[in-house]
Amino acid sequence: MSEILEVNRIRCDGHGLCAELLPELISLDDWGYPIVKKGPVPDHLAELARRAVDDCPVLALRLARTPFAAGRTLR
Amino acid sequence: MELIGQTTESLATHRQRLGPLPTLPPEELIAELESSGLLGRGGAGFPVGRKWRTVAERSSGRAVVLANGAEGEPLSRKDRSLMATRPHLVVDGALLAAGAVGANDIIFYVGTEHRAAEAAMRHALAEHPADIQGRAQIVSAPPGYVSGEESAAVHFVNEGDARPTTTPPRPFDRGVGGRPTLVQNVESLALAALIARRGRDWYVDQGRRGGIGLITVSGAVKRSGVQEIALGSTLSDVAAAAGGLRGDAQAVLLGGYFGGWAEVDEQWGLPLEPRSMRARGLAHGCGVVHFLSADSCGVEATSRIMAYLASQSARQCGPCVFGLSAIADATQRLAARSAHANDLDRLVRWSGQLTGRGACHHPDGAVGLIRSSLQLFADDFAEHQRRRCLTVSRPERVAVA
Repeated sequence: MSEILEVNRIRCDGHGLCAELLPELISLDDWGYPIVKKGPVPDHLAELARRAVDDCPVLALRLARTPFAAGRTLR
Repeated sequence: MELIGQTTESLATHRQRLGPLPTLPPEELIAELESSGLLGRGGAGFPVGRKWRTVAERSSGRAVVLANGAEGEPLSRKDRSLMATRPHLVVDGALLAAGAVGANDIIFYVGTEHRAAEAAMRHALAEHPADIQGRAQIVSAPPGYVSGEESAAVHFVNEGDARPTTTPPRPFDRGVGGRPTLVQNVESLALAALIARRGRDWYVDQGRRGGIGLITVSGAVKRSGVQEIALGSTLSDVAAAAGGLRGDAQAVLLGGYFGGWAEVDEQWGLPLEPRSMRARGLAHGCGVVHFLSADSCGVEATSRIMAYLASQSARQCGPCVFGLSAIADATQRLAARSAHANDLDRLVRWSGQLTGRGACHHPDGAVGLIRSSLQLFADDFAEHQRRRCLTVSRPERVAVA
C-alpha cells in the first residue's frame, strides 16, 4: 500500500520541521514553506514520513492513500 | 445571437422566442449534455454533463445549485452581459440543473459590482411563480478575483467568508449547508438550457468545431466588447468582428489572467475552441482575448497583471502570499528597468515552484501567466534585466478592474 504526503496549505505556517526530518522528500522554498517531492513515499522512508506527520507543530502534514481530488486543471 | 441581446429580455419574450422550459428525465438531460461535449465556461473547462452526473449521484434529492456569476476576471464582461440581457436563459439553466441533479435550492451568486446583471436577475426571478421564487435566492458575490472560485463561493454562502477552503471535501461532496452542490458558471447553465431545448445535434452543428460561446475582446482592437462566436472561429475572425486591430498587435492574452500570452502572427488562424486550444498548450479559460499593441512592452503589461494577481491572494497559504508577491515585485523591478542582479533568474525559479502549492488554484493560474510571459517575451525580459527596453514606448495600461 503506497501513501503520499499532503500539506494542508492553509494550516502550514512554514515551521520547516518536516524538511529537517525528511530532506529526501521535502525541501523548503525561499520563504520556508515545504516543497514535497511528487509520488508515493518509498517504503524505506515510511517511518520517517510518519514521524514528520506526527511532529508537525500545526498538524498540517498528513499521509494519504489517494491524492487530493485532482481539482481543476487550469492550463 | 443566442446568449446576448440589446436589452433585458422579459419572460414573455423569452418564452415566445424559445418556447416553454422542456421537461426531460434527469438521465436523458445529463446524457444529452455529456454527448454535446459542452465544457464549463467559468475558466476550468470541466465537462458540464459529467459534473451534473457527479452531483446527481450524491444528491438524494437534497443537492444545491449555485449559479456562478461572480465574474471577477478583470478582462471579462461576458457573464454580466449574459445575465443583464438574457437572465431567463440563466434561470432556465439553473432550474434544469436543479431538476437533473436533484436539488431544491438554487443560489444565483452574482458579482456585487455587476449592478445591471443583478437587477436583471432579480427582475427575472420576480417574473416566476411563487414556488420558484421560494426556492431561489440571489447572493451578492464580494469583489475580488478569488470570490468566484468554487470553494470560496460555497464558503461565502455558508459563512460569509469568500476565501477558498481546503479541499476535500469538494463542493460536489459537501458544499452549501454541507449538501452536495453543483457550482456552475452562468454561461454554462445558459448553454445547457439551449441544448435541453434544441438537442445536442443542434449544438454540435454550430460553427466549425461545434458549439457556441461568449468571449470578451479588448486591447488593441477598434471595438472592445463581448462577442458571441461559433466555437472554432479564428483569432482573425474575432479581430475582424471587433472592427480590426488598432495598429499592429504583437501578442494576445488568451484565457484571462489565468491564461497565457501567445504570439499574434503565429496564432492568427487559431480556432477559438477549448479542445483545440488545449492541444496547442493554450487556454480558452473564460474566453478572454486581449491584444497587446506592437508599441507596448510585454514585460510592463505582465508586471501589471502580476501585481494585480498578487494583490488578490486570499492570504491564507504561504507559497501564494510570499511567492506571488515576490514574483510581482521582481517583475515590477524588471519592468521599471531597475532590476536587481538576479531578478530574472529568481523569477524563472519561483515560477516553477508554486504550482499545486495553494489550497485553491490561484498560484497555479498566476504562475501559468508569468511562465507564458517569460517564454513569449524572453528577449524583452533579458533586455529588462540589463535595465533596457526593446519597446521604447508608453506602456499600455492593461485594464485592472
